[in-house]
Amino acid sequence: MAKERFEDALNKLEKIVSQLEEGDIPLEESLKLFEEGIRLSRICNQKLDEAEKKVEILIKGEDGTLKAKPFAPSTSSGQIPSVNSDEPISEEDEN
Amino acid sequence: MRNNLELPFRYILTVSELTQEIKEILETRFPDIWVEGEISNLRIPPSGHIYLTLKDDFSQIRAVFFKMKARTLRFVLEDGLHVICHGRVSLYEKRGEYQLILEEVEPKGIGALQLAFLQLKDRLEKEGLFDLARKKPIPMVPQTIGIVTSPTGAVISDMLHIIHRRFENVHILLNPVRVQGEGASLEIAKAIEDLNKWMNVDVIIVGRGGGSLEDLWPFNEEIVARAIYHSKIPIISAVGHETDYTISDFVADLRAPTPSAAAELVVKDKREIKNTLHYLEERLENQILQTLKDYRTDLFHLRKMLIDPRKKIEEYFLRVDDLVNRFRILFSWTLKGRRERSLHLKESLFLRIPIKRIENLRSLISENRKRLGQTMRYSMEIQRQKVEGIFGKLESLSPLSILQRGYSITRKLPSLQILRDVVHVREGDKVEVKLHKGTLLCGVEKMKIS
Repeated sequence: MAKERFEDALNKLEKIVSQLEEGDIPLEESLKLFEEGIRLSRICNQKLDEAEKKVEILIKGEDGTLKAKPFAPSTSSGQIPSVNSDEPISEEDEN
Repeated sequence: MRNNLELPFRYILTVSELTQEIKEILETRFPDIWVEGEISNLRIPPSGHIYLTLKDDFSQIRAVFFKMKARTLRFVLEDGLHVICHGRVSLYEKRGEYQLILEEVEPKGIGALQLAFLQLKDRLEKEGLFDLARKKPIPMVPQTIGIVTSPTGAVISDMLHIIHRRFENVHILLNPVRVQGEGASLEIAKAIEDLNKWMNVDVIIVGRGGGSLEDLWPFNEEIVARAIYHSKIPIISAVGHETDYTISDFVADLRAPTPSAAAELVVKDKREIKNTLHYLEERLENQILQTLKDYRTDLFHLRKMLIDPRKKIEEYFLRVDDLVNRFRILFSWTLKGRRERSLHLKESLFLRIPIKRIENLRSLISENRKRLGQTMRYSMEIQRQKVEGIFGKLESLSPLSILQRGYSITRKLPSLQILRDVVHVREGDKVEVKLHKGTLLCGVEKMKIS
């Protein structure tokens, strides 16, 4: 099954609901639409819960490549974190 | 310092000597001045030095802005621009020309930065960088959000807070940059490119908190504008306060008035979406239940209408017979009525009227008879048509069409009672079987109780 975008699935679902509410659809097709509507709703719910809560910061390593490390914002006015740190970037000490 | 050249009569100077004197006078008199005028004849040869003429309504003076100094220019020099220049007068002996050597140039009536902003905005707009048609839609439910901003300060922590409040489980990737000062624009542009190379980033927020035009300047620079333009990932620009508009805002796919507003725009409230979905599912279910209910009702009604066809036919036969009877009565009434009247006339005629008149009256009678005949035929015709019409209607409405399907109607003779039960006949009885086409006269040979 192709990966549907959330908004596409939601739009299709809304269309199906309007179609059914307008009426004049033969019974078999109504049932098919209903099934499709439920499937789309499940997909949407799935997508909402899919992502993982993560906050990271990109740091350039020694070799020049970028790595993502965990990040927690600090309110002190520190400098941009140094390159070789492997620890999570948080609570900077005032320099 | 000599102000006047006091020479003996007819002291002959060389050109160089004269020039030298003039040069000294000019350069000592105007070593450091500010001049206002309009640029014209602007020329920038490959050397990079800027040559121009500064003029007003009555006069003009040549000027040169050497490359090293010109580098500090924030805006672009154009013919027609009114500027205020800082520099000194100098005489170029080789050509015998005096000119201004410029140290600084500012636009008149507007800040240098503001002018630079307007010039760049105009240029990029003409190139099509701001075209609505090429703006990408912001995804409704991003899995990974990239942020280009300072890693310290209130801006990033506010954004993180707002985003997670609205949509808990989303991945945020911060690419830290300086957001003001020399070189910041390069960092910002690079950071956008890096996020484009990183996998699965769905949307990028680029921005910073409020500040002066100078502070916000990196977001007005061409290199950042082009990085935003070339980004394959949709970008939300969130620079400064609501009233701050930067070039980034125009190029981006979406402008947020502030970084906090960007956080609200980049994700929807998850609970709201879930509610919408829930509501849609409800409508879906209600609708299908209603549809099923409606179909069930239709079915019920149809079933009711489907009566035993034999009963229906009996009904129709009764009605037909009834109509035929009524027709007969009407018909005989008319006929009877007229016949009686004519007899009555005849009687009174024979009683009272002389023979002479009998002939007249006889012809009257035959006339009346004729007319009667006509009227009778006419009214018979009308009645017949009426009955035909009724028959016709009956035919079209009649479930005698059921006969088409192979049903037949069996009636006992001579009573023409419709037979439904073998109890009503005996062996040897005659029955009439009415088929869709034609009738059969049959005799009962044997009966079987089913």
